[in-house]
Amino acid sequence: MTRLNARIPEGPLAEKWTAYKSGSKLVNPNNKRKLDIIVIGTGLAGASAAASLGQLGYNVKVFCYQDTPRRAHSIAAQGGINAAKNYPNDGDSAYRLFYDTIKGGDYRAREANVYRLAQVSNQIIDLCVAQGVPFAREYSGLLTNRSFGGAQVSRTFYARGQTGQQLLLGAYSALSRQIAAGTVKLYNRRDVLDMVLVDGKARGIIARNLVTGEIERHAAHAVVLANGGYGNVFFLSTNAMGSNVTPAWSAFRKGAMFANPSFTQIHPTCIPVHGDAQSKLTLMSESLRNDGRIWVPAKMKDVEKLRNKEIKPSDIAEADRDYYLERRYPAFGNLVPRDVASRAAKERCDAGFGVGSTGVAVFLDFADAIKRKGHDAIDSLYGNLFQMYEQIVAESPYETPMMIYPAVHYTMGGLWVDYELMTTIPGLYAIGECNFSDHGANRLGASALMQGLADGYFVLPYTIGNYLANEIHTPRFDTASSEFNIAAQAVTDRLQQIKNSAGKESVDNFHRRLGKIMWEYCGMARNDAGLTEALYQITELRHEYYRGVKIPGRLDEYNPEVEKACRVADFIELGELMVRDAQQRRESCGGHFREEYQTSEGEALRNDDEFAFVGAWEYRGRDVAAELHREELQFNEIKLSQRSYK
Amino acid sequence: MNFTLKIWRQKNVTAKGEMVSYDVSGISPDSSFFEMLDTLNQKLITTDGDPVAFDHDCREGICGTCSLYINGRPHGPVKGVTTCQLHMRAFKDGDTIFIEPWRAKAFPIVRDLVVDRSALDKIIQAGGYVSVNTGGVPDANTIPVPKEKSDSAFDAATCIGCGACVAACSNAAAMLFIGAKVSHLALLPQGRVEAAKRVQNMVACMDELGFGNCSNTYACESDCPKGISVANIARMNREFLGAKLFSEKEKVIKESL
Repeated sequence: MTRLNARIPEGPLAEKWTAYKSGSKLVNPNNKRKLDIIVIGTGLAGASAAASLGQLGYNVKVFCYQDTPRRAHSIAAQGGINAAKNYPNDGDSAYRLFYDTIKGGDYRAREANVYRLAQVSNQIIDLCVAQGVPFAREYSGLLTNRSFGGAQVSRTFYARGQTGQQLLLGAYSALSRQIAAGTVKLYNRRDVLDMVLVDGKARGIIARNLVTGEIERHAAHAVVLANGGYGNVFFLSTNAMGSNVTPAWSAFRKGAMFANPSFTQIHPTCIPVHGDAQSKLTLMSESLRNDGRIWVPAKMKDVEKLRNKEIKPSDIAEADRDYYLERRYPAFGNLVPRDVASRAAKERCDAGFGVGSTGVAVFLDFADAIKRKGHDAIDSLYGNLFQMYEQIVAESPYETPMMIYPAVHYTMGGLWVDYELMTTIPGLYAIGECNFSDHGANRLGASALMQGLADGYFVLPYTIGNYLANEIHTPRFDTASSEFNIAAQAVTDRLQQIKNSAGKESVDNFHRRLGKIMWEYCGMARNDAGLTEALYQITELRHEYYRGVKIPGRLDEYNPEVEKACRVADFIELGELMVRDAQQRRESCGGHFREEYQTSEGEALRNDDEFAFVGAWEYRGRDVAAELHREELQFNEIKLSQRSYK
Repeated sequence: MNFTLKIWRQKNVTAKGEMVSYDVSGISPDSSFFEMLDTLNQKLITTDGDPVAFDHDCREGICGTCSLYINGRPHGPVKGVTTCQLHMRAFKDGDTIFIEPWRAKAFPIVRDLVVDRSALDKIIQAGGYVSVNTGGVPDANTIPVPKEKSDSAFDAATCIGCGACVAACSNAAAMLFIGAKVSHLALLPQGRVEAAKRVQNMVACMDELGFGNCSNTYACESDCPKGISVANIARMNREFLGAKLFSEKEKVIKESL
């Protein structure tokens, strides 16, 4: 009944990848020169893939919306990158990394893909060091590791709080080398607005040159999507302003299935919203919860006095504070998993006990830790984070408690891909955050960087050859063909439709309204009634958008409002799909918490009998509900168990 | 808070530009500089005006997309931050704020405050990498790197490629940018192998693209949002000189054979 075939190789789990590589087809170097590949996005996945494919001898065209590939949002990742090197001799192995990733994802990821990820993780570290990535080192000159996100082993490599930046600059340097060698051609300041299919296979794209507004056609033998996550559907997130779903969404409209769209990770320690003009949220490392105590006032009169600035947080007596995580989860206290900490903060703020000028924040207090460990010890642990906080909020965490609130920062869902990272459209691949593959319903810290680089450096360069080996007789495509004409015309018409809207409301305003609906009904906690309401409101918003949006300026010039308008149009459609997905999944798992499905103690209640599947959606038209397909997940290596932290 | 903004407006690279005055009001001191500009643009859009184009993306000080010459300084009056991390509380209520694009021959204007910095990409393409291929590299711990060297390499590698150093320099030199990359790689054993070739190629590319020579004013270090030290320029000069002398000597030896 389903068209989904993950094409997982036969054999024992630990030998699948080796067996696959031995059995896959190869393309001879003379033929590689005749094959064109388009890569969309230059983050860790896109840049590493483009560089590696160029090095193999393919003709690569790489696209990014930024002015240079080095600015993709992978650059902002802070914490680190996992690998099963076992340098600290603390018992790590590929199997343990695989096990932790599956369990951390609350058993909603595919075993074979995750095992491969763990296997190639070590090669990533070797390559990055060879590229000159300055990872943290011991005085011996050897690499150092730290434990991250509650892992029992120290497997995280890092470069201070800028690991993403250093890894991306490594991939960017490899990409730059290939650009200089002529194997890769860079198209910066381009938005990719549509996929072109010829005889059912991905054969090219339609892009908009953001400087001139020109609609361009590019043909290739295969197309690789590496356009990142879609957290900006919530308007406020830790993503970059330009991060968008458009290339992946255009693939969805052309038949690529979109898997688990509702799986979103909401990070508990972000700097709270300051007001209506807020455009973006900033993450603070979750390591802060190792020493900070989270609380809100226990009495409503103190909440009011705080808001009126009649008292300071320190004036509130110990007995009048509600350390709600320590109260609810005595065993784990402030160190409960991200999703639990986030939901608990929302619960207190919804009940009216939130602090700060907006009432949507909770305290993260270091007073006890400073008393216990001393100012200098806290400074050495968190000095740079405190500084960053003070820069943004203008308050010193040494003197007054930090204020934090959860924010959207990663999307586990994405385009459905098989073992070869190919979507349901032949010749169309999705890598990095833009696929659904490895993190299940919840991603562990320091795993995103690992997955992006694994896909780009070590997986795709093998799997794409298996497909392209059959394309060596396919001549280069003519972009004047009817398929390109139709796709280009559709893009032009769509732009014209948005531009012609005689409305008065800015794109940002619509985006904010969408974000509010998503955050309210499809955010940290979801329920059936709320999701039904969201579906209604989003449909209304979509109809209103095409009548009511106002785009200043022209289409054929540098016009950021046109860029935003295309992205928001797609976010509105995506929002609808996320809501449908959240509604069909009548269980709680990982970042997806359905209020109807919780234990008597308020913990997430998984339903493995009915929902141990990947929910992949197929497009049926803008006004028709998408169709759900199920890929049943088989767990042969790992026994499913319930997470507990009481 | 209320402000008067004097903003450089220019339709495209060939059009004539001018400073245009705007008023914004009701700005929260906790707003970032871009949120203040967002407010202006929202007002312009709904009143049939022409919104101001400016470059921005991560808004957390790491991607290097943002630029802006604010009151005569790249990234504005606060030391060690990018424009996106600048907050309105750094200004006084009622201030007039001058906002201009980066000005450098090698950075042509795209529109308003947006400039084309692809020259910096070209310099990296000229040699800002270690020539390793994916696959076939030694285990990461095969070559120990002294911690001090690794830390210095990291300090240089934190450059975000925003171009503030070029904008700050009276000669529009890119020497801090290149010095940072040359240093990052020359300090590591992995990058040492190609160091001599790298520095010569990158410097030649810099000259070709129309960047000026070092003005020796240290304005670049002073305005660098990441605090990259001019010591990196000194290291680049030393690398360059050494490489040139060595290649000259090599030439003489070859000719005598």
